[in-house]
Amino acid sequence: MSSSFLEPQGPKRPGDFSRRQALLKIATLFNAAVGGLLAIPIVGYLLSPVTRERKSGYDSWISLGAIDQFPSGETRLATYRNPVADASDGETAEIPCWVRHKDGEDFQVFAINCAHLGCPVRWFQQSRLFMCPCHGGAYYEDGSRASGPPERGLFEYPFKILDGKLHIQAGELPTPGLAAGNKTRRPCQCA
Amino acid sequence: MRLIHKLGDWFDQRLQLGAPIRETMEHPIPRDTASWFYVFGSAAMTAFGLQLATGILLALIYVPSAGEAWNSLQILNHQVELGWFIRALHGWGSNFMLAIVLIHMVQVFLFGAYKFPRELTWILGVFLLLMTLGMAFTGQVLRFDQDAYWGLGIGASISSRIPLVGPALVKLLLGGPIIAGHTLSRFFALHVFVIPGLLIAFVGLHVLMVLKLGINEWPMPGRLVRRADYLEKYHNLTHTDGVPFVPYGVLKDVVFSGFVLLAIAACALYFGPFGPGGQPDPTVIQTAPRPDFFFLWLYAVLSLLPPSLETPALLIGPVIALLVLLGLPFFSGEGEKSWRKRPIAVLTILLTAVALGTFTNLADHAPWSPVMDAGTGVPVPSQLLSGRTPLQIQGALVFQSKQCHNCHSLGESGGKRGPALDAVAVRLTEDQLVRQVLQGGGNMPAYGKNLNPPETTALVAFLETLHPGSQAQAKDASLGPEPKL
Repeated sequence: MSSSFLEPQGPKRPGDFSRRQALLKIATLFNAAVGGLLAIPIVGYLLSPVTRERKSGYDSWISLGAIDQFPSGETRLATYRNPVADASDGETAEIPCWVRHKDGEDFQVFAINCAHLGCPVRWFQQSRLFMCPCHGGAYYEDGSRASGPPERGLFEYPFKILDGKLHIQAGELPTPGLAAGNKTRRPCQCA
Repeated sequence: MRLIHKLGDWFDQRLQLGAPIRETMEHPIPRDTASWFYVFGSAAMTAFGLQLATGILLALIYVPSAGEAWNSLQILNHQVELGWFIRALHGWGSNFMLAIVLIHMVQVFLFGAYKFPRELTWILGVFLLLMTLGMAFTGQVLRFDQDAYWGLGIGASISSRIPLVGPALVKLLLGGPIIAGHTLSRFFALHVFVIPGLLIAFVGLHVLMVLKLGINEWPMPGRLVRRADYLEKYHNLTHTDGVPFVPYGVLKDVVFSGFVLLAIAACALYFGPFGPGGQPDPTVIQTAPRPDFFFLWLYAVLSLLPPSLETPALLIGPVIALLVLLGLPFFSGEGEKSWRKRPIAVLTILLTAVALGTFTNLADHAPWSPVMDAGTGVPVPSQLLSGRTPLQIQGALVFQSKQCHNCHSLGESGGKRGPALDAVAVRLTEDQLVRQVLQGGGNMPAYGKNLNPPETTALVAFLETLHPGSQAQAKDASLGPEPKL
């Protein structure tokens, strides 16, 4: 490989050479500074799913429909469209949950996701248990852990009744790590 | 002919690649490395090449949108001419690539090829394995069906358990608060741009180092690696008993790569593409998500670990495994290369293979999952009902209607979550049965609130009949010896 063309032509002048090296260092620093500045919006863009939550939060109150859809003493599947959704989400923005009408205005609304690893739990009316098809977690009708790998009961959404309609506060996939932090800011409706 | 020569000269004058390529082709390699044991690295690269080509072909049709992806896979399967075949090639190519990468790794480990001076080649190889696994997982997500959707939920649930950053990490992983459009888009970016880009760069470096440092010589028991003189010995070996890389070194590689491509094509043709399964509609909950083959062992581990150990094992286990793999060439960088004199190395491989194989096989049966429709779909075997009293038959009805069958098997049918009940009356007395049913325990839910007294009486009466004719029923020893008949 001939590299003659990359080498400085003519005799090296030590004074000039060290000046060039110093200039190169300054130029490199300048480049790094601009790069650093550019990194700020790039990192901001990448972190937006996290920062957005800090600003406005993902949860909001959503109606699940009139309360008479949920007969007293029974547990029924309900679905809602996630409050944070856009056109590309398609059917994935339709989120199911289990509504347990205890009696009167007393409800429990459980996330569909098993507290173990998030698989969809199914309600078994006769044995009054929720069972998970993945790793075999089971929960009692009040959502408390019955058996299997889950370390806790089902995730619960806060609810309220407005104009005869059942509303829940939801908007985020409940996960074991998140739900632990959620408990403190949830108005206590857990009986 | 002269024109071609001239064109070649024209390009080489500018590219100046002819000399290094010639040098690489002619560089001497140890004679005995021209072996069928040394073909897996190049075969993995061939499979990767096929993945790149078929991946680009699939991207011509695939729509990376949560609302459209599943439909575009159906179009590929059923409408686009030979779209099913390209999908099948990509799916089977993925399985072959992972399998070959694993075999390659085992061979390199057993032949001591990770020792001085090839430590960095091994470390890059470990990252290549991680990226290959990453491609397999992200690829499974792009096949956007029910398994992909709930698989993402499992990934999110695991990530959320990392202390402090867990919940934020889930948002980054999903690109938002739920599994939806942004999730698929970012897995598309990972699967199509980020990981393949890294893979190409790392494969390039990995191969460069193999060529620069020379192919690992065939390990001879007793020929120890020492940092002081290894390079000189290797140089002597290749220059006294060496053969040129081309054609000696690559001949078997080329033949084997051809067979790998043929095998992938044959599997694709015979078995067809993988899925997609059901639509990724979260409101359709009648599903039992299962991971792809290479993650089945993990599915089993997640089911079998005791709950209290799960989070530490999930978070610390992979870190330890990675550190062991990355540290291997540093704490075992010298010494014996031959597997004939490294019994611990051989046992490690055997143990790992047996463990992974056992977990994979278990995951295939998934005995820990309840059979979700056994209560309605799997009847109590009729021989257990003949000659029974009305009360006992009523108990069998309770057994079905309260979904006991989902977790307990009778005559091989039903769930395997709990113990089989074919001989339960041999193990438990009537009182113990009542207590177990009402209070649960030992990983069984308590049914006290869901059974009224007549139901419990009937159920236990039925369970009391479940003992093989040759074995006596359990009896309460505190009641004294049974009256003689």
